[in-house]
Amino acid sequence: MNAPAQAAQLTPQKFKSDVKPVWCPGCGDYTVLSSITKALAALAVRPENVAVVSGIGCSSRIPAYTTCYGFHGVHGRALAAATGLKVARPDLTVIAAGGDGDGYSIGGNHFLHACRRNVDLTYIVMDNRVYGMTKGQPSPTTEPDWDSKLSPQGTGLREFHPLVIALASGANFIARATSSDPNGTAELIVQAVRHPGFSFIEVLSPCVTFRPEQRTWKDRVHPAPVAPTDDPGRAARRLMTDDGFNIGVLYAGHRKPYRTEQSATPSSVAELEAEFIL
Amino acid sequence: MRRLLTGNAAAAWGARLARADYVPAFPITPQTEIIELLAQWFGAGEMRGRLVMLESEHSMVTAAAAAAATGVRVFTATSSQGLLYAMEMLYTVTGWRVPFVLVNVSRGLASPITLESDHNDVLAARDSGFLQMHCATCQEIVDSVLLAYRLAEEPAVRLPAIVNLDGFHLSFTREPVELPPAEAAAEFLPPFEARGIGFRASRPSSQAVAVLGGSPYSYFRYETHLAAQHALEVYDGVAAEFAQRFGRRHDAVECYRSDDAEIVFFMIGAFATKAMDAVDRLRDAGVRAGLVRPRLLRPYPVAALRRALAGRRAVAVIDQNLSVGKGGVLHGELASALYGQAEAPLLASYVGGLGGRDIAPEEFFQIARELGEAIAARQAPPPRLLYTAGELRQMRNLQAIAAAERSVPGVAA
Ligand SMILES: Cc1ncc(C[n+]2csc(CCOP(=O)(O)OP(=O)(O)O)c2C)c(N)n1
Ligand code: SF4
Repeated sequence: MNAPAQAAQLTPQKFKSDVKPVWCPGCGDYTVLSSITKALAALAVRPENVAVVSGIGCSSRIPAYTTCYGFHGVHGRALAAATGLKVARPDLTVIAAGGDGDGYSIGGNHFLHACRRNVDLTYIVMDNRVYGMTKGQPSPTTEPDWDSKLSPQGTGLREFHPLVIALASGANFIARATSSDPNGTAELIVQAVRHPGFSFIEVLSPCVTFRPEQRTWKDRVHPAPVAPTDDPGRAARRLMTDDGFNIGVLYAGHRKPYRTEQSATPSSVAELEAEFIL
Repeated sequence: MRRLLTGNAAAAWGARLARADYVPAFPITPQTEIIELLAQWFGAGEMRGRLVMLESEHSMVTAAAAAAATGVRVFTATSSQGLLYAMEMLYTVTGWRVPFVLVNVSRGLASPITLESDHNDVLAARDSGFLQMHCATCQEIVDSVLLAYRLAEEPAVRLPAIVNLDGFHLSFTREPVELPPAEAAAEFLPPFEARGIGFRASRPSSQAVAVLGGSPYSYFRYETHLAAQHALEVYDGVAAEFAQRFGRRHDAVECYRSDDAEIVFFMIGAFATKAMDAVDRLRDAGVRAGLVRPRLLRPYPVAALRRALAGRRAVAVIDQNLSVGKGGVLHGELASALYGQAEAPLLASYVGGLGGRDIAPEEFFQIARELGEAIAARQAPPPRLLYTAGELRQMRNLQAIAAAERSVPGVAA
């Protein structure tokens, strides 16, 4: 969809920068990074036509590990930056990425509005149900009884359900992926990028340091038992029985994306003045 | 009770000794240890009250002030980006005239991103109406939290207060701290008497803030200013009482060997202890050097600063902050306090220690030399950044590497 004539497809390696990730060994984010680079290679885009935009957090370090344009910004603001970028440069492939804290907590408001605005971009949340970077505090997706230094005996708070919220808020493509299946995740990212409008992928990506028990996620995930739907009502019903480990596309809708083309700008003062004549 | 405590633990102890009822919290490096300690104490029943994690600093400060408006004692803490994210509420809640204490662990602001200390974060809150106390040692942190509550809760003041400590240099550094016994702390800081504060059980009222015209608006803003200025006098009394009870003086302005000094370093925060060390060494070498350090920055102790600096020949204001397009904030403030004063010293402006950069002893000695020259020439040197030729060379090398990498054809080929 980008570079003219789709020059020779690049290898995933060409999308990996020389910067060595500082993630803990075993962190799920490593494979999410390779899924992104695989997906970009499969999409036959070029690094200079892709922007990876993030907030703050371990997962938000991802832009620097790619050879694409990147922005590692301000905690919670990935979607605001990505929206501005995509609206100004609709020709770019824009991927926003970050953690569950970044996206659902301090940046939660933007998530709702990005879904309803439906700008054509892809949002990848590496959900580890914890604030990794600040060393293990509960996030909105953390289980209510998870014991941490900041929440002895748990927060007692109901979890946030990202897929439900995304569906209710109008996201046009909704999927769940797992870092234990890099190829499957890459395939979902390809679909998400190709799908018009706001695409949301929740990736289960363990924090092995502060939630070592998440290493067992790889045994709990399973393919979603039913095919994707374009009917929001059906998607909602499916979510009622979601165990949180269904992997695959939940919903691919037909809402028209936000129009990014500029309206014709008046080119002369006379034209501009004409607009003010009643 | 004497203990080895980090600055963060000292801040938590301050809240514990103040018997905070409610702590809205949100983690950020280098503050997180404070709220984690408090959470453990609440969890273990060592403190009575609640710590609640919010979804951001914006809601955290809002919740803090709303709770304080019901008359409970509130403590909270943040740093850097968190303080800035809460900025809208910092201004708003000072208009509510509710007292609570917010510990800020200073860290430089993005971008670029740093985790280490400078004072641009807390100085961004300078004009908000929060009172501000700046600590140089871990001992001062515990004591300042108690002092800040006394000051903030004083009926004629009724403003929230920030107690500031430097990230890393204080937050993660252990120092011996004398903890006031709980009973003595409680005597010094009795339970919060909410009195005039509006919300009461069985007496519903709404504090919807009216949209006012310029005249009543001016009245209320200026009233807040007068209350903050009144806090100067209150502070002196409270600090004197503290000294009497606990034997530790925390005057609004600390003067170290400055009485007979020719040249004076002027700074806030933990690096002032480096300046003290430099003062001692300069004195050993026969230079009459001293340090003046405001602990209280809001309200600004103008009279005490004038007294402290009258008759000194030259002052180096070392700002660990930068007002872009102007220079060091403390320099400008001190200049306005001293302008037109008889016997005012020459004022030199240095910006240093940004984003965690150290200030080395040699740099204090160099500044002392420059002040000596300024006295001889009767002219202050131009403002400058504390930065060495070696650092600049290293930066240039990095830039050269980056430029070379950029020009590599790479994937675009
Ligand atoms: C305004 C602001 N508040 C707080 C922080 C501190 N902070 C940095 S990352 C983070 C949360 C990280 O969690 P998440 O987004 O889930 O990413 P992870 O590290 O788990 O990948 C927080 C609270 C900050 N950088 N900025
Ligand atoms: S702390 Fe957790 S999320 Fe962060 S790099 Fe380590 S494993 Fe990954």
